[in-house]
Amino acid sequence: MTAHIFSVLVEDSPGVLSRVTGLFSRRGFNIESLAVGHCEQPDTSRITIVVTGNDVQIEQVKKQLNKLIEVIKVLDVSEYEHVERELALIKIRAEPGTARSEIMQIAGIFRAKIIDVGLDTLVVEVTGDSGKITAIEDLLKPYGILELVRTGKIALQRGSALVSSGK
Amino acid sequence: MKSGAQILIEGLKEQGVDIIFGYPGGVVLPIYDELYDADIRHILVRHEQAAIHAADGYARASGKTGVCLATSGPGACNLVTGLATAYMDSIPVVAITGQVPTSLLGNDAFQESDITGITMPVTKHNYLVQDARDLKRIIREAFYIAGTGRKGPVLIDIPKDVSTAMVPDTDGPDDQPRLRGYKPRCQGHSRMIQRAVDLLLQAKRPIIYAGGGVILSDASTELVTLAERLCMPVTTTLMGLGCIPTDHPLNLGMLGMHGTEYANYAITESDLLFSIGVRFDDRVTGKIEAFAPQAKVIHIDIDPAEIGKNKQPDVPIVGDAKSVLTDIIKKIPESCPHPEWSETVAGWKKNHPLRYNSDGKLYPQFVIKTLAKILADKGVIVSEVGQNQMWTAQWFKFTRPRQWISSGGLGTMGYGFPASMGAHFACPDQPVVVLAGDGSFQMNIQELGTVAQYNIPVKVIVLNNQFLGMVRQWQQLFYEHRYSYTELPEVHFERIAKAYGIEGATVTRASDVEAAIRTALLHPGPYVLDIRVEREENVFPMVPAGANISEMIVGHHTEHEEG
Ligand SMILES: Cc1cc2nc3c(=O)[nH]c(=O)nc-3n(C[C@H](O)[C@H](O)[C@H](O)COP(=O)(O)OP(=O)(O)OC[C@H]3O[C@@H](n4cnc5c(N)ncnc54)[C@H](O)[C@@H]3O)c2cc1C
Ligand SMILES: Cc1ncc(C[n+]2csc(CCOP(=O)(O)OP(=O)(O)O)c2C)c(N)n1
Repeated sequence: MTAHIFSVLVEDSPGVLSRVTGLFSRRGFNIESLAVGHCEQPDTSRITIVVTGNDVQIEQVKKQLNKLIEVIKVLDVSEYEHVERELALIKIRAEPGTARSEIMQIAGIFRAKIIDVGLDTLVVEVTGDSGKITAIEDLLKPYGILELVRTGKIALQRGSALVSSGK
Repeated sequence: MKSGAQILIEGLKEQGVDIIFGYPGGVVLPIYDELYDADIRHILVRHEQAAIHAADGYARASGKTGVCLATSGPGACNLVTGLATAYMDSIPVVAITGQVPTSLLGNDAFQESDITGITMPVTKHNYLVQDARDLKRIIREAFYIAGTGRKGPVLIDIPKDVSTAMVPDTDGPDDQPRLRGYKPRCQGHSRMIQRAVDLLLQAKRPIIYAGGGVILSDASTELVTLAERLCMPVTTTLMGLGCIPTDHPLNLGMLGMHGTEYANYAITESDLLFSIGVRFDDRVTGKIEAFAPQAKVIHIDIDPAEIGKNKQPDVPIVGDAKSVLTDIIKKIPESCPHPEWSETVAGWKKNHPLRYNSDGKLYPQFVIKTLAKILADKGVIVSEVGQNQMWTAQWFKFTRPRQWISSGGLGTMGYGFPASMGAHFACPDQPVVVLAGDGSFQMNIQELGTVAQYNIPVKVIVLNNQFLGMVRQWQQLFYEHRYSYTELPEVHFERIAKAYGIEGATVTRASDVEAAIRTALLHPGPYVLDIRVEREENVFPMVPAGANISEMIVGHHTEHEEG
């Protein structure tokens, strides 16, 4: 069982997301994370889905996705050299004083940004791979994480290769 | 300027549609108004489920795409079972539903249901049309998707205001299909084809396992040619029946749970399993690890997702069966006999024929055998689901593809009778006969109204055992005879038929069967023949669910062999 990152190019039409997610739940595949947005081509969105499974299951996921009429292209990015990122926003309890400066130091080490400062809270924005985000989360936990939100993973192949159109 | 409804009807005609099965309602009034003087025939069914089964039966018998029409909400929801039935068996159907006006969508308006949401898992694709200007393109796409690649049902949901909207009648680039993500593949990969040829020429005990894909691809001629050239026995799935004539010397009949003993033995002993347009369904394979355990596997399928789904092939070939078989035949110019293997298979066939008792009682197998004798090579045979379906599959003598119409994947009781109406319109010159159980027939028996109204001359033979026979059989064999809610009271189907103005008869003796069937077939209109068969007869052979297919329960039948 390994995690795979599927980069799925789809028609930008209503219902396409429920077709894709419906397929996962119907066939018993588990989605670990999901990110959707427009991409470089007009009328086209890119869905990045992280799914774990054995080889046979992963092969089925890919083939079943390809069968959806509105799916233009499916690539298992994790099979290739690639870059991947997630973004997290973390709201932490941070009374003025030592706590606050320690948090700001930690953020600095992780190249995270403080994007909101409240009377006794801070919001930290961090991007990186999952490991980095988990690491900063662990370090910030003792100060009291009030809220945390993580985007799904997004990824691109390294170099000049493209997830171009055409199945 | 044209209305959406006009564009729809013209779009259907452009696709060659000359008949649709439907049922009206509020939001499809504009479409029905357009149909009033269109030269497309509309058959008014008695339940929307029947409309889609009829469209599906039409598609199976003709090879064309069937069309049905229903109103929003309850009408659309009544199509769901039919869509799932067509989807499981890869049947091309376009279902058109009305929808509440776009301004009310999502409002829980009167008779609103999210039919595109509901049917997503049981359609190949579906559309909610938001703008009448998209309609022309969507109709073209829908038919293209339904009828190409791995075929299947497509639903088009049309809000009422889209039907009434007046839009310019264009035929520009925007009206052409725009399907970036849909490119069905037909041609097989040449290297894989060569590997298949090599295996075929090396094999000592090859067998063909052919299914619905051969029928869908119209590849029966190629299949028989190749089988003859390589002297390979052929076994078919329930869905593949007819792709080789039952009486062909190489044919081993159906395999699987209720397959013939010799087909299941041959599969088990084979060293090469040449699988064409099949999906290794669990009703066929039984315990998958023990299915063709010694064989190398070649798998031809147009749907890449079927390859390796249940069994990993040694040679996967993605492509249309007809195209791939044609390529293979070209590379095998000479015949290549396997005398020893042929002899072994012939031995099984001789020593383990299908059987039933010959004690003079009225057995369902006898009814089907008699029907086969009378029809010879004529007729379209439609079954319901259950024992009636299995006995027909085992005992009818099929002579050609598209002669056999049956719900295999979903096993939808109530499918057969409505499907037979569609089969009649596809093959108006053929006698169409439904083999039904008394349970299944009562699931869409209201269609007697439709066949009476349009004088659709289908013949329903009810193998009346006053049981949900197939379930009763399982209860007998695996639940210690505890017949929990499977007994049905006596129903006089002849009288029901007559109430609809349809002719019928009731038969209780074996000696009357032949004459009764002849009378039914000679009758110019629809006919219901209620045949009171032995109530607790079982379908054998039978592979218990999940068992090895060579381990069949064969029953205790005495005489009366096939032939
Ligand atoms: C009560 C009951 C009992 C049953 N018992 C049995 C039994 O004993 N034996 C049995 O065989 N079945 C039995 N069935 C039927 C069974 O459930 C399946 O429906 C059937 O076995 C599937 O047939 P198939 O493998 O031919 O696939 P189909 O469902 O017909 O699928 C066709 C396959 O061909 C592919 N295909 C489609 N078009 C093409 C093309 N152009 N070129 C190449 N490939 C193509 C498709 O992708 C698919 O994989 C039973 C059903 C019921 C209801
Ligand atoms: C709609 C539906 N409901 C339930 C079933 C489960 N089922 C399969 S066979 C069968 C019995 C069929 O009885 P009948 O039509 O009388 O045919 P017989 O088996 O007696 O020939 C049932 C209930 C089904 N296949 N379809």
